[in-house]
Amino acid sequence: MPGPCQIAVSCRHVACTASGGLGVAMGEAGPEHVTITIDGVSHEVPAGALVIKAAQDRGTYIPRFCWHERMNPVGMCRMCLVEVQGPRGPMLVTACTNNVADGMVVDTRGPTVKKAQEAVLEFLLANHPLDCPVCDKGGECPLQDQAFSHGPGESRFVEIKRNFAKPIPISDLVLLDRERCILCARCTRFSDEISGDPLIEFKSRANVTEVNTFPDLPFSSYFSGNTIQICPVGALTSAQYRFRARPWDLQMVESSGMHDTAHPRLSVQVSQNEVLRLVGVDNDATNHGWLSDKDRFGFQYLTSEERLTMPLVRQDGQLVETTWAEALDRVAERIGLIRDEDGGEVFAVIGGGHGTNEDAYAISKFARVVLETNNVDARLDDALSSHFLAATADRGLIADIDGADTILLWGPDLKEEHPTLYLRVRRAAQELGVRLVVIHPRATGLDDRASMKLTYRPGGGFALLDEVADGKHPELRQALSADRVVAIVGQASFADGPQLAESVAAYVRNKAGSARILPLARRGNIFGALDMGLAPDLLPGRVAPDHAGRAALAESWGEPPAARGKDTRAMLEGIDSGEIRFLLLVGADPVRDVPDPRRALLAMDSAEYVVSIDLFLNDSNREADVVLPAAGFAEKDGTVTNLEGRVQKVNVIAPIPGQGRPDWAILDDLAERAGRPIGLANAESIAKEISEVAPAYTGITWDHLEWEARDGAVVPLSGSQPLSHIPVALKGDNAPTAPLLLHVGRTLYDDGVMLRHSPSLRPLARGAVVHLNPEDAKKAGAQDGHPVRVVTSHGEGEFSAILDEGTPEGVVYVPFNQPGGAPLGTDAVVRVTAVGR
Amino acid sequence: MTYPLVVTRRMTDHPADSHTLERYEATSGYEQARRALTMTRDELVEEIKTSGLLGRGGAAFSAGLKWSFLAPARPSYLVINGDESEPGTFKDRQLLERDPHQMLEGVIITAIANEVHHAFIYIRGEYPKPARRVQTAVDEAYARGYLGKGIFGSDYDLEVTVHLGAGAYICGEETALINSLEGLRGEPRLKPPYFPAAKGLYMQPTIVNNVETVSNLPHILAMGSEEFIEIGHPLDTGTFMISISGHVNKPGNYELPHGLTWRHLIYDIAGGVPGGREIKAIVPGGASAPWFIPEIHLEDQITKDVCAEAGSMLGSGAVIVMDETTCMVRAAERIVRFFAHESCGQCTPCREGTTWMEMILRRIEEGQGRAVDLDLLLDVSDGISVGLAWPPKMTTICPLGPSAVSPVLALRDYFRDEVDEHVKMAGCPLKKVEAHA
Repeated sequence: MPGPCQIAVSCRHVACTASGGLGVAMGEAGPEHVTITIDGVSHEVPAGALVIKAAQDRGTYIPRFCWHERMNPVGMCRMCLVEVQGPRGPMLVTACTNNVADGMVVDTRGPTVKKAQEAVLEFLLANHPLDCPVCDKGGECPLQDQAFSHGPGESRFVEIKRNFAKPIPISDLVLLDRERCILCARCTRFSDEISGDPLIEFKSRANVTEVNTFPDLPFSSYFSGNTIQICPVGALTSAQYRFRARPWDLQMVESSGMHDTAHPRLSVQVSQNEVLRLVGVDNDATNHGWLSDKDRFGFQYLTSEERLTMPLVRQDGQLVETTWAEALDRVAERIGLIRDEDGGEVFAVIGGGHGTNEDAYAISKFARVVLETNNVDARLDDALSSHFLAATADRGLIADIDGADTILLWGPDLKEEHPTLYLRVRRAAQELGVRLVVIHPRATGLDDRASMKLTYRPGGGFALLDEVADGKHPELRQALSADRVVAIVGQASFADGPQLAESVAAYVRNKAGSARILPLARRGNIFGALDMGLAPDLLPGRVAPDHAGRAALAESWGEPPAARGKDTRAMLEGIDSGEIRFLLLVGADPVRDVPDPRRALLAMDSAEYVVSIDLFLNDSNREADVVLPAAGFAEKDGTVTNLEGRVQKVNVIAPIPGQGRPDWAILDDLAERAGRPIGLANAESIAKEISEVAPAYTGITWDHLEWEARDGAVVPLSGSQPLSHIPVALKGDNAPTAPLLLHVGRTLYDDGVMLRHSPSLRPLARGAVVHLNPEDAKKAGAQDGHPVRVVTSHGEGEFSAILDEGTPEGVVYVPFNQPGGAPLGTDAVVRVTAVGR
Repeated sequence: MTYPLVVTRRMTDHPADSHTLERYEATSGYEQARRALTMTRDELVEEIKTSGLLGRGGAAFSAGLKWSFLAPARPSYLVINGDESEPGTFKDRQLLERDPHQMLEGVIITAIANEVHHAFIYIRGEYPKPARRVQTAVDEAYARGYLGKGIFGSDYDLEVTVHLGAGAYICGEETALINSLEGLRGEPRLKPPYFPAAKGLYMQPTIVNNVETVSNLPHILAMGSEEFIEIGHPLDTGTFMISISGHVNKPGNYELPHGLTWRHLIYDIAGGVPGGREIKAIVPGGASAPWFIPEIHLEDQITKDVCAEAGSMLGSGAVIVMDETTCMVRAAERIVRFFAHESCGQCTPCREGTTWMEMILRRIEEGQGRAVDLDLLLDVSDGISVGLAWPPKMTTICPLGPSAVSPVLALRDYFRDEVDEHVKMAGCPLKKVEAHA
């Protein structure tokens, strides 16, 4: 039986919004045009476009509530009725469900249309409570706006209005007011069609139809905030923003979300110097206007009482507040001493993946010029090589996903770690007919849209790839032999060996007609940081330290150290062994972040001198010698680079609390005091310096990004220096064979420092849980919801058991870094026993 | 006076066991299904086209023509609409309950004519007995090899699934029925693009036929289309089932040829009005149809075209007669309330407008009417059915909303005085007469 999917078919009636990427590269022709008449004026419009969209693009706004450019039309609200000349005379049709045809004559404001529009608005307002003065939406409300622009001006409804209890919380983040709801189905369609969490639905019918959740099933979607944004009335409101501001009091500036390496575009909205909400900005390149709840609500940490506001220095064993001069002079003095004794080899810099490119550049320059070291890394033991992440051959664009024949996803669960990409891939598989192959140790959020799903035991990734290369899995081989293949690769599990993702990419590049690779990494601006040289084997512009290309840099910086530096793991080990004497942490919390925290804990305990630049005290810098308060998101100007190499401008709109300063300013000051000035005057001049010394960034100026390239500019691979070939060993280690193997994966909400200080999201972390297949649970005597003990050679702890068919037999899944959860390390061999037996 | 019977012949002649397979086979049952297997698709479609058979579900569209519109994609599906929910209509119930094999043979013929290998029979949820009888008939047909793999020993496969509705009037609308069958909310789909013949059940080409329509098919094949045309009216061939109810002495189902007059139907066939009272209004084709009044329409012929010319429709053949004791405001309120209650809630004018209409009518009936209310009612109706014309110009997705306007048209055209009287007397004049008497 064919798929009973109305959506899959109806999408053919929607004007395709895909742009850029493979589709264009492969030379697809532009759309054909037809001629239609709108209100007596003739227009050329793309064939097949919806009337409402064609009219809008030609300057005629047809009012609407249910229609949304990024969703399939349903024609429910009837607000967009227009009159079209048909074979049997003029007909009223909805502009959102009818496609243009050559010679079509459309009337959008004649008497018949006006009558229908006024009727629909009077109907919608009949039961609408008109509590606009206390409604969050008031002032930015499509119902309010269109009642004024297209409504009759008064209501003749004298009966008693519909009543519902209001508002009711439908999740921790969203409240529902059914009296205000006009039943446009935007929220229900978003949840069903876009995010794939159909947790909100119509119930009942007729005049008592309501939107609601299912009994005992909250609207716990990672994307629920989008429904608040697209609600055309104040029916869905944000628990966090509710009653905090009126739209006309908000100042706003465009920026990019920094929880997600895709960098979804958003608007930062501020009142009285406080960031109050983030709103998605529609953008073809990345997020189509959608935001994950983490990107939308994960900003409250900015105004946390716990924010560092003053420089801290250790005095009699305590961190005490001091002046910038005092703190920086102390650090500068120590740097000078150590450098004179042992040279640059004993310095280490970890972090920089959360800031701007300008910050990262300052860190990079500071490490090389002031500390004379290449021991610098923005990755925290993330398994993927810096060269692969920063400059893999055939690197793809996010938009390539739309035009692919096959998408191979072999890496983390996108829904948990890369929500913007998740929505993009979901749409491609569901609406654009792209074949999706998912390879992951357990169930993922995209399985329901995958045409092929393979699981492998933790640590068995190489073995599976070997099988495929040896001719097994013919269906997969065939899917990967397609013309246009996009491979989205990353570390699916801590047990995945290093270079698995790179080997997968190499295999796909050999197999596919034309491959595009999207490597995945964590931390918001990791790709920008790597491009700025925050890796032991990279200099700004993706230049290898021993490469001739460094000559250009040397002109500006002086001769940078040539030896390849240590990566994060080697640096942590070096601290423990005494090889490293000085550690600078920039927005990094290795104890909470690296896969095996034992190493980080040992390092922090035995470090000789630690300086941390951060927003908060955390588990890594609590024992530091000096802690310097930094600027956070929306508190500084700059640029960021996303996973496809797209550079976008981020903007300041809120003040830095206390005496905090941007990373680059701190480091510039410190360099000056250490007697090696790095000459960074302000963020914009740093951007200019980057465009001069980093080959790929030539021509990327703030001016360009703010005016010509609002969607950002993709940094070309061709502009960067050629990197050494990455050797790929197809024959991996033998996979571990214990009866139970541990799969540790990250989840959207965890115990990271930003979420810990964001009250709305903090309760949403899953806590210390372990997912067991029911068969394994039976063997271990574990019951759903009951505690079990999980033991590896790296760590052990008590976790609450979740019996889960999505976790295959023999696999034990533990979400990483959860409140109350003990670290288990990277050893795949695991034992599980019920507690109290 | 007697008329030739077609679809009710067996139940009339053999009231005790017309629903059994034994009786069905003893009265030429399943002969035409076997014969259909020897005919080509084109021959079958042509035969039904020639017979002039019109759909009996309400829209009265040529059944053969409908078949010929089926898009070429396969698989194709057949859905039998047995969700008989139009107030006043109860004829399919009798056909399902009393002669299920006749319908099933029609299903087989329709399936063969449309290359369908899976048919669905959707029966109104409130029809438990008909549903049981149909399920039994289907089980028997499977047991005999009339359904399933290689029906009647041929190489033609046909599966039949019986499905019960869950109590929504709107599921009689073919695309809402298809949604319901797919497990979705019973809401009509947008046309375009979801014309069932192109994108129906599971987005595949689908024929949706009414119970009575397919029940006619074995007879058309048996007697030939020429003989079938002889029965009834040249433009509206064969017989049709009328369910007559309300103020008549002999309410019930009658199988009649087209072309009789309303007077003949009410007075000669249905035994006239109790107590010899006067007729005040006639609902000619189910609650959706605009009303007739005896002064204008009693001598009209009962055919699709005459009815349409007079601004209404035969619909599903449900005739409701209201005599002089009936309050027209109350009757209109009752019908509007039905539609307001049955609105699927999907589109604004129907969801909000019909309930508003109901509220206004109830106020008038209960004595709180204002002089402006009839005009307001008409203007609210106009927001659902632009220009208050027939057939309606809808602002809605499906005709349910505009159907609620039909009784309001009667108030406007024939009973304005009665509405005014309600307002003036601050209550129902007929109730007050009753109270004083």
